[in-house]
Amino acid sequence: MADLTDKQKDDYWRYNVKLTTILLVIWFVVTYLISGLWASWLNQYSVLGFPMGYYMAAQGSLAIFVIEIAVYAYLMNRKDEEFGIREEA
Amino acid sequence: MSLDKIFGLYTVSFLAVTILIGIGELAFGLPNRWIGWIFMALSLVIYIVIGVVTRTSNPDQYYVAGRGVPAFYNGMATGSDWMSAASFISMGGALSAQGFAGLAYVMGWTGGYLLLAVFLGPYLRQFGAYTIPDFLSARYGGTSARLIGVVAAVACSFTYLIAQVTGVGLIVSRFIGLDFNVGVFVGLLGVLFCSVLGGMRSVTWTQVAQYIILIISYLVPVVYLSWQLFSIPIPELTYGRVLQQNNSKAIEITRDVNEKETRALWKKDADELNAKIKAGGISEAEVDKLKGQAALAGRQATAPAASDDAKISRYLTVPTGVGMWNFLALTFCLMVGTAGLPHILTRYYTTPSVRQARTSVAWSLFFIFLLYFTAPAYAAFARFTIYAKLVGTKVAELPRWVTLWQPAGLFEVVDKNGDGIVQWADFVIKSTDFVVLAMPEIAGLPFVITGLVMAGGLAAALSTADGLLLTIANAISHDLYYNVIDPSASLTKRLTITKVLLVVTAIIAAWVATFRLSLIVELVAWAFSLAGASFFPALVMGIWWKRANKAGAVAGMILGLGITTYYMIGSRFYGLSWFGTQTIASAIFGLPAGFLTIWIVSLLTAPPPKAVQDLVVSVRYPKSGQGTALSAQGIGLGQH
Repeated sequence: MADLTDKQKDDYWRYNVKLTTILLVIWFVVTYLISGLWASWLNQYSVLGFPMGYYMAAQGSLAIFVIEIAVYAYLMNRKDEEFGIREEA
Repeated sequence: MSLDKIFGLYTVSFLAVTILIGIGELAFGLPNRWIGWIFMALSLVIYIVIGVVTRTSNPDQYYVAGRGVPAFYNGMATGSDWMSAASFISMGGALSAQGFAGLAYVMGWTGGYLLLAVFLGPYLRQFGAYTIPDFLSARYGGTSARLIGVVAAVACSFTYLIAQVTGVGLIVSRFIGLDFNVGVFVGLLGVLFCSVLGGMRSVTWTQVAQYIILIISYLVPVVYLSWQLFSIPIPELTYGRVLQQNNSKAIEITRDVNEKETRALWKKDADELNAKIKAGGISEAEVDKLKGQAALAGRQATAPAASDDAKISRYLTVPTGVGMWNFLALTFCLMVGTAGLPHILTRYYTTPSVRQARTSVAWSLFFIFLLYFTAPAYAAFARFTIYAKLVGTKVAELPRWVTLWQPAGLFEVVDKNGDGIVQWADFVIKSTDFVVLAMPEIAGLPFVITGLVMAGGLAAALSTADGLLLTIANAISHDLYYNVIDPSASLTKRLTITKVLLVVTAIIAAWVATFRLSLIVELVAWAFSLAGASFFPALVMGIWWKRANKAGAVAGMILGLGITTYYMIGSRFYGLSWFGTQTIASAIFGLPAGFLTIWIVSLLTAPPPKAVQDLVVSVRYPKSGQGTALSAQGIGLGQH
């Protein structure tokens, strides 16, 4: 067992829960609001020649998902190191 | 030699061979059929060689590739494990036909990876089991949770497998001209060689090789088209302009006099057929046939754009009301299904550490993203080319790709009003699958590119079949036989049973595929709802809530599966409708029911033992000694 004190365990887990929540809120807004319920309204604007609502559903949301997961991996792996529970492999 | 060198060399050689075949075609007139054969033989040989080289009988290697697959390569393997014949062949075309509503698939099949990344992947890796039912059994104790897991895993993987096998048969028969039934079995050779000889280890490296082929072959035609039309080789940047041109072209077509005439004729057909159906006095089979014809005629009679709407075509119109509800519900179901499919989840058991499992989910989605990001562009370019190169041409002088692909039966050109000119409504699309398959020829590319696309489609279907087959065989041999029926079975016996099961499952799947049931495509979509409603709540609650217990999990899985199946069958066959929800989004009811049940039943019954609760907490922290906890519970991991 990694030698974390109870306080460290708490801090680590709280950080994880906070990060997870933020990412899920972004995920929800991007998918269900921007690319869903608000898409029709957003279509009056355009990005790169695309109606914005369509663009977000077809392309923007995908790019955001990739970035979100990469950010999650980066931050959590950094947190492991900070708490001395980074694995060798 | 390092992995990077091996796969770098592999990619370069594959490209070199493709170019050589291209030279053979252009300079020496290599016949099309030969090109098809060369591509198929070449890819099958590659997969078989990988299978032989990586063969193994070590259980850790066989079940989880020795937990030694680096994040980057596990990402590629997951990419091809995930992208099936449907992603490769059907998505571009479906998007081209469905417009905005089709985007539910694009978002659902990618956004699910975020759920997988933050809720499941790293924790499952830290837990360190062999299969998903393994996890359920260790977390909830006893065999009932494991058994439900086995049933759910086999149910969703098997339908999915049949669809892949069907895809293999279609590709082989269309490009090589082999009989469909023969094609199915030829393709299976490629799958069986690697899964039988080396289990997860062989499957992993074959999937990496398959990913490289499938992504190259998907990008080449559409990048070329973008380059040809706009001198920019990035279709994602240019297809916005294509969409706008499609839009104005659609409006122009809608206002065209001859087009109106053609549509009116279709409308007349549809009305007559409907009248005939209403009149009655004909057999039920006949009614079904007429209904199909009437629907087709009705579709042809519909204008591609509203003539008074100069700004946004129907193609881009966002659905409202029930349409919007279904769009959101389907997106959600595909997302949780993605995060709940066992053949994907087990891929995250194979990384060396939790750290790499996290990074690996990011790579997975990146590699999937490369294809999905391009699919809408594919759709727009296809529509553009058809508007530009087909509409308005003389029926006597059809473009070459039309005459080449018409016999395949995916589309038809009929001169409805007999004016000798092709109108948009004269182009009858029967299956939008032609979009990706025929794109190289529509774009006027040499046949070698068509061969490449065939190899890509084959790679997509085979790689997914590999993963599914292994999941089914492991669920039965490892979870059902070894852990429930005969825990004293020797290692040799267990592996032998797995190998026999692989062959038997593959043969059954191929045999079912030869019936060509039209229901299969639908069943695949159902698999997502089933996986989402059964696995997702039990796995998430098991990892995130230490108070969740066996009674809750078992009840939750049964109820989640039950409600989902009830709504599926009810809405598909008996006209059941809750809020107008479509059948493929059935998990929208089963999933919340599953979560709620686990929560309520767990609270009403005794908490799980302290050891299990400690285990749940320990899984939160990488580098903690969970291995001992697992073998202490008799999971059988420490026995070799």
